[in-house]
Amino acid sequence: MSEARDQILGSIRRSLKRGPLDEARATALNERLAAHRRNLIPERAAGRDHAGQVDLFVAMAEEVQTTVARVASADDVPAAIVEYLSQRNLPSRLVMTPDPQLDGIPWSARPMLEIRRGRAEGDDAVGVSACFAGIAETGTLMLNSGPESPTRNNFLPDTHIVVMRGDQVVATYEDGWTRLRAGRAAADGAFAMPRTVNFITGPSRTGDIEQRIELGAHGPRRLHIVLIDEHAGAAAAGRDGATS
Amino acid sequence: MQPTSHSFKANAHQALGNANLQKALGLMRQGFPAKRLATIARLPEFEALREEGKAIKDHVLDNLDFYLETFEKNVLARGGKVHWCRTPQEARDAVLGICRALDAKTVTKGKSMIAEEIALNDYLEANHIEPIETDLGEYIIQIRKEYPSHIIAPAIHLVKEQVAQSFRETHKDLDPKRVLDEAPTLVAEARTILREKFLAADVGITGANFCIAETGSTIIVTNEGNGDLTQTLTKAHIVLASLEKIVPTLEDVSTILRLLARSATGQEFSTYTTVSTGPRRPEDTDGPGELHVVFLDNGRSAMLGTEFQDMLRCIRCGACMNHCPVYATVGGHAYGWVYPGPMGAVLTPTLVGVEEAGHLPNASTFCGRCESVCPMKIPLPRMMRHWREREFEKKLSPATYRAGLAVWAYFAQRPALYRAAAAIATRVLGYVGRKRGRFRSLPLAAGWTQGRDMPAPEGRSFQSLWAERRKQGKAA
Repeated sequence: MSEARDQILGSIRRSLKRGPLDEARATALNERLAAHRRNLIPERAAGRDHAGQVDLFVAMAEEVQTTVARVASADDVPAAIVEYLSQRNLPSRLVMTPDPQLDGIPWSARPMLEIRRGRAEGDDAVGVSACFAGIAETGTLMLNSGPESPTRNNFLPDTHIVVMRGDQVVATYEDGWTRLRAGRAAADGAFAMPRTVNFITGPSRTGDIEQRIELGAHGPRRLHIVLIDEHAGAAAAGRDGATS
Repeated sequence: MQPTSHSFKANAHQALGNANLQKALGLMRQGFPAKRLATIARLPEFEALREEGKAIKDHVLDNLDFYLETFEKNVLARGGKVHWCRTPQEARDAVLGICRALDAKTVTKGKSMIAEEIALNDYLEANHIEPIETDLGEYIIQIRKEYPSHIIAPAIHLVKEQVAQSFRETHKDLDPKRVLDEAPTLVAEARTILREKFLAADVGITGANFCIAETGSTIIVTNEGNGDLTQTLTKAHIVLASLEKIVPTLEDVSTILRLLARSATGQEFSTYTTVSTGPRRPEDTDGPGELHVVFLDNGRSAMLGTEFQDMLRCIRCGACMNHCPVYATVGGHAYGWVYPGPMGAVLTPTLVGVEEAGHLPNASTFCGRCESVCPMKIPLPRMMRHWREREFEKKLSPATYRAGLAVWAYFAQRPALYRAAAAIATRVLGYVGRKRGRFRSLPLAAGWTQGRDMPAPEGRSFQSLWAERRKQGKAA
């Protein structure tokens, strides 16, 4: 195995007509890695203020068949979920990740929701999770794996409901990475990635049959976001004002 | 898979007569290019991002050994393993070894072109391990015992009636009288069948769109979520990657990801972009117990420093084949191996030899659409021309073709003689064709006149008109 490794690296160096990198060049490359500079950032999200980014996040998410309910506070979340499920005739039995971000929500206010905290199994119809961030640029959720947020909960349930806060919305993927790095410095100076970071943009889909887009290929066929956002009241009033 | 690229002409001829294929290709021609245009119109920075993506990849290729070593170091630091494989056989053996150590009976697979390149499925089956394709398109062609015809949409050559028939023939436990007319029912059936397989599998194998040196992470991009169920539920996650998939940092890959989905399917971002790092952590309740990255060389290191190095920038988006008039007419199977379309025309000869695959770079009009839509600005027509030059040098092109080129080269190197010969030919053809204005057949030009008429020249050659006008211009 290390013979193959040496041969491959040797072949690369022969093709590039040089030996292993000298110390100066290696140092420069290590510095480039450590600096992890951002490249060009599109204006689309970065050019907006935070409230504008939240609106963009919602608009982009809805473009890809994610449904979004904006509520004013955590207290409104259980009712919003009950409304969503009953409108679609979906079961009220949920598997919910053990994520502490979901602990502060008054679930007992809606006792018809039968909640099991834990890992999803193959026959779970509805799953509820929190997330790490929302990327405004493309309406993308960023979710990290961990003991409190098993990755399979994002994929096994038929319907995936994500509860998030407005302050979790960031403009770009790079902003998401910056937040992740900040929270996870490891002992050796590196930063500790989770086993899985999922960027999720809408429900599962396929175009493999005559290029017709069908939802629910293997992952959830429905993705619903309940967004706790203090601006939610203002946004709703704005919409009502426009239609009345 | 064994290449049949040497039969390209026969394959193409057959493809032209295949009604189902032509119908399917018609759908493709309408779909992808329009969606791509609509999406990139919404991103003013798209052109600038293409330049940046190209620069990032060129930087990596110049320092590929450094970045591979850095990537390996970080995979090991997170408890994963890296297997270095020079050839397809070494890669197959690495995968088999991992499966055997875990006593694996079934293996779920996300879509991986490297797996096709090394013919992994046949090898696993020969060793009594059942591979199950989970990408819907790959699953469909697996049960039909076909090969993928497109690197993003492997079953693009099929119409839904063919899919329904294959489902009836394979899913024998289901009610034979069930209705399978529409795409939603077909997708729902596949979802149910494959859900069981996901939950029962021992090992999951995926490809890697990118490998991040900074963190030792691998990234897969899917719309279905099959790659995620493949790698999360099993005892081990095996990542198959060729050497050039490396990208330095998470920020660098974010730039390239902005190009990928837009170029491939016209989406803003694929539904699931998943960054995986190492096996499950001790405190996790989910995730594979082992993480193995199997690196394949198979000719990539030899492409560095040659006129084909730019091909290593390819991110496998498929935009080139979506826009290629030749691919859109004959489909992917005609190309005879894993990689079709323009990128296949350049890559296949490097991997299986120009003797086998020499027809592919000749199946091009050099219209240049591929290069104009390539997110990584790969000069595909130029590299196809390099292949044609190599074939000429190796005397692989047919004798008549080489003789014809030699005659033309003789004249082209003697401009006065060229002009004189052209003037004569113009006058003769103009005279002979004066009544009808065109020729339905011409000696030595059967390849052209078989399918179209050759217009007869009218009057004089451009060269002589040009010379006259310049003289007039000087006189005035």
